[in-house]
Amino acid sequence: MTPARKKRFGLIVLMVAGVAVGVGLALKSLNQNIMFFFTPSEVISGKAPNSKLFRMGGMVVEGSVRRPGDGLTVQFGLTDNEQQVTVKFTGILPDLFREGQGIIANGRLNDSGEFVAEEVLAKHDETYMPPELADMKMGEGN
Amino acid sequence: MFLWFHKLGSPPHFYRIAGKWIPWLSWIFLAFLVAGLYGGLIEAPPDYQQGESYRIIFVHVPSAWMSLFIYVVMAFCGAVIIIWRMKLAEVVLISSAPIGASFTFLALVTGSLWGKPMWGTYWVWDARLTSELILLFLYLGVIGLHNAIDDKRVAARAVAILALVGVVNIPIIHYSVEWWHSLHQGATVTKFDKPSIHWSMLLPLLLMAIAFQVYYVLALFQKCRVELLQRERNSKWVEEL
Repeated sequence: MTPARKKRFGLIVLMVAGVAVGVGLALKSLNQNIMFFFTPSEVISGKAPNSKLFRMGGMVVEGSVRRPGDGLTVQFGLTDNEQQVTVKFTGILPDLFREGQGIIANGRLNDSGEFVAEEVLAKHDETYMPPELADMKMGEGN
Repeated sequence: MFLWFHKLGSPPHFYRIAGKWIPWLSWIFLAFLVAGLYGGLIEAPPDYQQGESYRIIFVHVPSAWMSLFIYVVMAFCGAVIIIWRMKLAEVVLISSAPIGASFTFLALVTGSLWGKPMWGTYWVWDARLTSELILLFLYLGVIGLHNAIDDKRVAARAVAILALVGVVNIPIIHYSVEWWHSLHQGATVTKFDKPSIHWSMLLPLLLMAIAFQVYYVLALFQKCRVELLQRERNSKWVEEL
């Protein structure tokens, strides 16, 4: 490379590195705001905002789904395998909602420490397989 | 090797070579597309959780991959433009932008249509979705900036800088699902681990990915030829055509 080209190459590397560092620092300081949801442990340790709307994500505890009252209201436990928070929700659940499924609920805590959700979204995992294979894997697990 | 590269960089030579390749690429694209669609929509079994709806990944995932890949190509061209002032790189960069924007748009729309029944919402502002939307704006920015400057050689240098600056978004998109809690699931195929997808679904997915890749080269060659003719309309080799 000629000296002029070397200089331009150096400038490009410097520019991209500079932008990367700048964006990196900005994202790091915004970390809390980019986090899409809080885990139940974070909620119990008081990291989540108190009287404001926020999202909580975790797994629906097996055997915890109840429908008290009119049938549209659902109550279930949400866990990150460490802590558990009770969630109440009135409305239509997404197709993927089931026990053991990862979900994200948007809502706020009430006075008794329950999470009253206004919206429930299902978060599915990155595994894809045919149903017969899933049945076999379930069988091995039991 | 270097000589070959140098020769390919000359507009008339590239114009001829690209013209020869286009019919071949069309057939290869069609073959992979048909095989991928047949495998994905008919042969592949339904998913254990999502049933038939997961089949949108056969379009969604390859277009998302292409949206990232094309941007990296553009950034690479940007570096070549600034360092070597190569004309062909200018043409490749600006011809790639609308193709990349289309793939990004396709990835966003298919993901959104799939999100409604599966997640329960069309759109959320999580890290993956937001950074992919920013990628779409970067593509549109490149197209807009190029059109705003009349002198195409000056425009190419401005666009090269924008493409290079925007490239920091690419690793952010890829790692967004690891660095932050997001609604979008993690990587299935593009990770060092074994892919967490059954081979009967992975195979058509890869066929579709190849089809999309070939389509990109095909569309790029066609757009580049048009762009070259427009830019070089006063030169001798165009008159001889």
